[in-house]
Amino acid sequence: MNATDDITCRELVELVTDYLEGALPPAERARFEEHLVHCAGCLDYLEQMRTTIALVGRITERDLPPEAERAFLDAFRRWKAG
Amino acid sequence: MLREAISGSNSPFVLAYPADRRVVEALRAGDEEAFTSLVTELYSPLLRVAMIYVGNRAVAEEVVQETWVGVLRGLDRFEGRSSLKTWIFRILTNTAKTRAEREGRTVPFSALAGETEEGEAAVDPERFLGADHAAWPGHWATYPASWAEIPEQRLLSSEVRAVIEEAVEALPASQRTVIRLRDIEGFNSEEVCGILDLSEGNQRVLLHRARSKVRRALEAYLAVEEEA
Repeated sequence: MNATDDITCRELVELVTDYLEGALPPAERARFEEHLVHCAGCLDYLEQMRTTIALVGRITERDLPPEAERAFLDAFRRWKAG
Repeated sequence: MLREAISGSNSPFVLAYPADRRVVEALRAGDEEAFTSLVTELYSPLLRVAMIYVGNRAVAEEVVQETWVGVLRGLDRFEGRSSLKTWIFRILTNTAKTRAEREGRTVPFSALAGETEEGEAAVDPERFLGADHAAWPGHWATYPASWAEIPEQRLLSSEVRAVIEEAVEALPASQRTVIRLRDIEGFNSEEVCGILDLSEGNQRVLLHRARSKVRRALEAYLAVEEEA
């Protein structure tokens, strides 16, 4: 293995999103995964990112102000009435 | 059987998003409950995207109103080639752009992509050994902590949720919008690019910056909590 071909940890953290998005070219993806085999730190980093994404996904906003709801419903009824 | 059910209907629906079919037919039939539930679900994300274009909340609220009028008017023409949500967001961005132009404000989203802040690192460079380090250049100086041992209950606590919400709110508008649409609203990258007029590459950069910053905030919070 040629050291200059390896990605460093510092480079890897910038590739994490491309990796998770499936946007890395095959050769780079292989180097990314090769790095993970040898680097517990980067493996934990990737897990942290996955956890972060999952936790962000739990936020939901479902607040509709009552006056807005009334306005939308009025529009809907007007539309229904044609 | 699904195919039969679809060909048996008058509406020219394609199979891409079968779940939307029920919603669209309920709306077409004038079902107020179906309408209210969709409006409630999409109100905040629509408002947020509108804000990017028009820059003020009152106008953004009007844009969302106009959007729903447009949605209802266009409902008979909706063919299900994109998801219903994507279609609604496209109507929103078109409405918002028209409105922004009328008010003499032109903020194409791609211009906001400039907010990617050249050279902004996902992780503090201090966390890594220098490029001139003899044995381990660019390697972690200290490893990130494993979160595997943190009880799920703690990760799902309202405190952690507040940390995440605060971190998302603190992001530049373009990063905030992309992470919201992708990770909160669940749109895929193609849909987000379509809604926001972004290239795949730009979308990924914005998503990367956004997720990296939220992770940093979370890391900082969990580390402090550990010491306490």
